[in-house]
Amino acid sequence: MMNGYGGKILRIDLSSGRFEVQPTPERMAREFLGGRGFAAKLLYDGLDPATEPLSPANMVIIASGPLSGVFLPGSGKITFAAKSPATGGYGDSNMGGHLASELKYAGYDAVVISGAAEKPSYISIDDDRVEIREASKYWGRGAIETEKALLDDLGEDFRVATIGPAGEKLVRFACVSHDFGRQAGRTGIGAVLGSKKVKAIAVRGSKAIPLADPKGVLAKGREMFEACFAKPGFREWTPYGTAGVTDWVNEVGAFPTRNFQSSFFEGHKEINGQRLKEKILVTDKGCFGCPIPCGKYSRTKGIRGSGREKESVYVEGPEYETIALLGGNCGIRDIEDVAYLNHVCDELGLDTISGGNVAAFAIECYERGILNRESVGRDLAFGDAGSVAYLLEKIARREGIGDTLADGVRIAAARFGGGSERFAIHVKGLEVSGYEPRWAPAMMLSYMTADVGAHHNRSWAITHDVATGRDSLEGKADKVIELQHTRPLFDVLGVCRLQWVEIGFDLHYYEEIFPLVTGWKYTWKDLLTVSERVWNLTRAFNIKHIDGFGRSYDYPPARFSEDPVPDGPAKGKCIPREKLDLLLDEYYAKRGWSKDGRPTEATLRRLGLENVAEDLVEQGRL
Amino acid sequence: MKLGLIEDVCSGCRVCEMVCALYNRGEQNPKKSAIRISGDFPVPGKYHIHVCNQCGKCAEVCPVGAITLKGEAYIIDREECTGCGLCVDACEAKTMFTHPAEIAPIKCELCGECVRLCPRNAVVDLDGEVVAPK
Repeated sequence: MMNGYGGKILRIDLSSGRFEVQPTPERMAREFLGGRGFAAKLLYDGLDPATEPLSPANMVIIASGPLSGVFLPGSGKITFAAKSPATGGYGDSNMGGHLASELKYAGYDAVVISGAAEKPSYISIDDDRVEIREASKYWGRGAIETEKALLDDLGEDFRVATIGPAGEKLVRFACVSHDFGRQAGRTGIGAVLGSKKVKAIAVRGSKAIPLADPKGVLAKGREMFEACFAKPGFREWTPYGTAGVTDWVNEVGAFPTRNFQSSFFEGHKEINGQRLKEKILVTDKGCFGCPIPCGKYSRTKGIRGSGREKESVYVEGPEYETIALLGGNCGIRDIEDVAYLNHVCDELGLDTISGGNVAAFAIECYERGILNRESVGRDLAFGDAGSVAYLLEKIARREGIGDTLADGVRIAAARFGGGSERFAIHVKGLEVSGYEPRWAPAMMLSYMTADVGAHHNRSWAITHDVATGRDSLEGKADKVIELQHTRPLFDVLGVCRLQWVEIGFDLHYYEEIFPLVTGWKYTWKDLLTVSERVWNLTRAFNIKHIDGFGRSYDYPPARFSEDPVPDGPAKGKCIPREKLDLLLDEYYAKRGWSKDGRPTEATLRRLGLENVAEDLVEQGRL
Repeated sequence: MKLGLIEDVCSGCRVCEMVCALYNRGEQNPKKSAIRISGDFPVPGKYHIHVCNQCGKCAEVCPVGAITLKGEAYIIDREECTGCGLCVDACEAKTMFTHPAEIAPIKCELCGECVRLCPRNAVVDLDGEVVAPK
């Protein structure tokens, strides 16, 4: 028995309909801890580089961490991971809600799903009883609708993750949904589940997580919660959640606007956290163990032309990223419309970040004459919520133009041509999240080097740019590396980072509670070393799985280095290619990577990844 | 101590469930908690708090006298309890919880930990003896 762990790994092979349960290997736990660490390790070891992301050979890993489900703030985070259909490389996405804890209470640290079922199925995990069940009656239904139907059928004490029609139709940015509005949104894990014909995973657990020192955890956990209560941000930040940052991002000229053409949205005050609270908020909605619920559950109504104008429509959100990408980036200036589009994405099972990007990309293509009324099936315009809703529906069902857009902006631009590659806003095939980086070099470098593609959560460096000088490159690589170790560590431990990020909760508490939970002495530095190990392992995964992967995959779209921001606080700014090269050179050198962005053998060995070094050398990829 | 429940401010975080089981049963296991949170989602989007109101029905029906009033709370003598389940059936509030690994049901004994730890002040002590620093 390992303290802090459920103790078991559940491997399900859908092709044979069999499953097996193994003890969680202690060595893997000590070296990779859990969550994203387990996901990276299991995927690296388990997948052949020839694996197509949407083939049965791909695996979906669902993994909690050693602190998930434990009495401390924000202990409800779980990782969904697979070889990503968006990037072809390592993909993971992190989700809150109540699934991580439940899975641990059922005794599992990770679920590994491989193969593919013949018929639509769902996986039921009820403590030791695991079943693969027919799901034909749920297939085709919305993600939220399916969750409700499964809870009605199984009992409300189950915790359920689902995919929507977009996942079934293999949309490359389909998400996994849970708890009526929490999503593992990024990198297309919903499509991988869809390719395996898995509509849902339902979990119920009744067991205890063993703790090395239960009294110690009780005392330290109390101290941690009370420390959160005492932070000013506990009262000031919580009422608005992530939406509260909307005005600030505009003030600093970093708000995605009309497909990242600009970085300031004149309508931002109509879609900010205050508007959300005044106009549509129903209740705050917390994830497991969270003292500062960013989840805002809202009631809106259908947009004009939807046929649902008089209907109440419920949605969790919109949170900041959704406001940025479905709001400003699509030119939408009404919080109720943004909330409705959020609802559309949630039911269809589409990531709102990529969804907003792809819709905006299509609208810009339309405005530039690359797409037209005939190819699209209607007019498109920024600021028109009907245009966005139309595109989202077409994408999720892969109808007409939606069939191409469902593959994301990288592939769509390659098909549309006409220079649209310049404004296909992605890195590595993953669309950029809600911080426009043309006057934010650390944020730019964060997007360029994030393992999963252009995602903010690995390194949210925009605040550092604003604090330390946005025209200077100095210190930016160092900060990005520091953040890329600290922030993903939360995904390794299975806890939420927002207590630290948003209200300034002190990091030393995690180092203090970790040995009380696990019985293992890890200093903060030791924990960060695990995070660095995982960072290098995901890089190695990309090198192994993507032919020619290296530096050339780390550049942003041409718009970010060639087109100065046309207006707003960042007017005139962009980061030219030579500066991007300086950033990359410094970053690679500090990481112990080659000029082409490959970890050196010495770096891999320093991090205890000898087998990875040998593997890559053998494959001629180092 | 008298528990007051303000469901409108509950965010469903279940910190109360965690601390209840850890404090009273010494286990990291909310399924052994005497307080439970449920949600009405997707419509209308509201949480409910389920915890014993100390009405005493359980004590009235207990055939072995294992439940007695001590101070303000009805306490189960877990040694005496036979696990017959009569109290669970008799509980109108449905707040006598059972767990497959426990013979005796689990009920609130007014320890006050949920009041101290609820980040939302959704569970409060109406008598004001336990005041949470939030």
